[in-house]
Amino acid sequence: MNITTENTEAPPPAPQPSAAEQKRASRGATRAGDRIFLGLSRGSGIFLLVIMAAIAVFLTYRASLAISKDHGNFLTTFEWDTNVVPPVFGIAVLAFGTVVSSIIAMAIAVPVAVGIALFITHYAPRKLGTPIAYVIDLLAAVPSIVYGLWGALVLVPHMQGVFGWLNDYFGWTGIFSWQGGAPRALLTVGVLLAIMILPIITNVSREVFRQVPQMHEEAALALGATRWEVIRTAVLPFGRSGVISASMLGLGRALGETMAVATVLSPTFDIQASLLDPGGGTFAQNIASKFGEATDQGRDALIASGLVLFVITLLVNGAARMIIARRKEYSGANA
Amino acid sequence: MSHAAVTDRRPSTLRGASLPKWSPWAIAAGSVALGTGIGLGAGLDSTIQWGLIAAILFVLGTYVIAARVEGRRQAKDRIATSLVWVCFLAAVIPLASLIWETLKRGVKVFDVYFLTHSMGVVPDTQPGGGIYHAILGTLEQVGIATVIAVPVGVLTAVYLVEYGRGKLAKAVTFFVDVMTGIPSIVAGLFILSFWILILNMGYSGFAGSLALAILMMPVVVRSTEEMLKLVPNELREASLALGVPKWRTILKVVLPTSIGGITTGVMLAIARITGETAPVLLLVWGTNFINSNPFKDPQASLPLYIYQQYANSAGSGAAYDRAWAAALALIGFVMILNLVARGIARWKAPKTGR
Repeated sequence: MNITTENTEAPPPAPQPSAAEQKRASRGATRAGDRIFLGLSRGSGIFLLVIMAAIAVFLTYRASLAISKDHGNFLTTFEWDTNVVPPVFGIAVLAFGTVVSSIIAMAIAVPVAVGIALFITHYAPRKLGTPIAYVIDLLAAVPSIVYGLWGALVLVPHMQGVFGWLNDYFGWTGIFSWQGGAPRALLTVGVLLAIMILPIITNVSREVFRQVPQMHEEAALALGATRWEVIRTAVLPFGRSGVISASMLGLGRALGETMAVATVLSPTFDIQASLLDPGGGTFAQNIASKFGEATDQGRDALIASGLVLFVITLLVNGAARMIIARRKEYSGANA
Repeated sequence: MSHAAVTDRRPSTLRGASLPKWSPWAIAAGSVALGTGIGLGAGLDSTIQWGLIAAILFVLGTYVIAARVEGRRQAKDRIATSLVWVCFLAAVIPLASLIWETLKRGVKVFDVYFLTHSMGVVPDTQPGGGIYHAILGTLEQVGIATVIAVPVGVLTAVYLVEYGRGKLAKAVTFFVDVMTGIPSIVAGLFILSFWILILNMGYSGFAGSLALAILMMPVVVRSTEEMLKLVPNELREASLALGVPKWRTILKVVLPTSIGGITTGVMLAIARITGETAPVLLLVWGTNFINSNPFKDPQASLPLYIYQQYANSAGSGAAYDRAWAAALALIGFVMILNLVARGIARWKAPKTGR
């Protein structure tokens, strides 16, 4: 089918004028239509690229306005006073909170999601597997604000006990010490983010596990492998790159999650050694909660922090897609 | 020797000792009882901890018993099985709780009055009021976003599948993938910096639609692309062989064949952007009054309404109930869209000829 386009686009060699003219007469309308249609579709592809470029350009422009007026160091200052003159703000706390909460979320969500994906593809009775996969698909569609409401209502009170327990037994590490405030800390955020990104990691991993060649599994079984050995020797190696990219997609979600974090975290602008004491914030949460009372100056500062978030997610997603692209059979549609 | 005879004699000495079939259940029951006992004895007040203790006991118990009776390989197999089950159950609990709480708290003030009235002059602390203005705003914003995003998305997918070779197509594919992962708040900030701060256009529903369209485009491209790839080449070739120009082949053969799948993809994309709060918060600003003009002045929107009612409620009272009722409405809308979309996908699935 591609040959046709190339033929119509190539200039006719015209060995015999009469034949060429005849050809052109019968193809004239065709060419115009084709050209317009190709132009339109190529144009929309280019339009998407332009949008991506525009996002980078406009954010950088506004961010540079803000950073040039910043009287602190944009990367290392532990403050966010944008409405005073001169403004002092920096992203150190936000970067810390974003990275830490995402790491917690990944540490919880990836193993559990791989477990669920294995459950659906290899452990659940067939009658159970399909509806479960379906329900998890649906859960991926639950809006993040609803997760936020649920987190504030159910998760926060339940974390009280967990926090106490962690403080009793692991308080000596410093990471899990707790002064007894409301459990609206980074650890809670991490747990909530883990729950939120479970469906997407599960869905993508499940697709990959489904594509493991039946022959590999049967070969392992024929050698007397137990089910776990089949999974370890045939399924997991095959699905490794898929699971990695699924996790990175989940990581991208966790990094950029806004409303759920904004409803659950009680942000302060300092870094606590303990994950259990209220402290820190994330890029997205800070933008959402500071935006309401921000002056023009403050908005530009928030845009600057948004630019950092954009670059981070771009890198994470780009890396995930590179890994997926290496395995061509699997495409991340709807992921 | 027949096949049946072999299967009949399964628990022979060749297979070694194995635990009876009911043993996982027995171990599960035992560990739950022990977990509850320990929880009660130690005075732990969180039932989640009881559950965790029971789960750990179950995994350990399975390993020890199986290792003694069946050997280490079988024990490892059993421990993997029980871990996978524990993973599944651990994940189902919060997700089920989410749905349950939304239903339970949402139905309190969810009625026809709630759906057909705006917040108008209702103070946050008072009962009454509703989400009419928010539903209106959401429908308009999502509608405009769809009108912008779907043509661009479908055309891009057509380009990638039907025409795309070479560097441009590769670049588009890659950036569409990356674009899927743009945080919604970044899309909001982009429109903010471009539309509101530089073009000085003011907060409006349309500004929100622009951001939502950016979020929607890559999703539409990806799903449409998958669907176009499913259209058998024979159909295209038959049409081209009849002398039909390529663009007419695409419009009259390829797109109609895959229209079911494309519709599904579009509906799933709509379901996704309907729940987006962050860009709406930045660009549409929100109002308590009915504003049916998306091009001028702030509008309300369902997710934004939930957030504002929650933020104004301090965790209880009329505003809190309204937030949950609106959450129920939003979840209901998104779930119905999802179910209908999947229904269409099943009903109109293209025959791959395999």
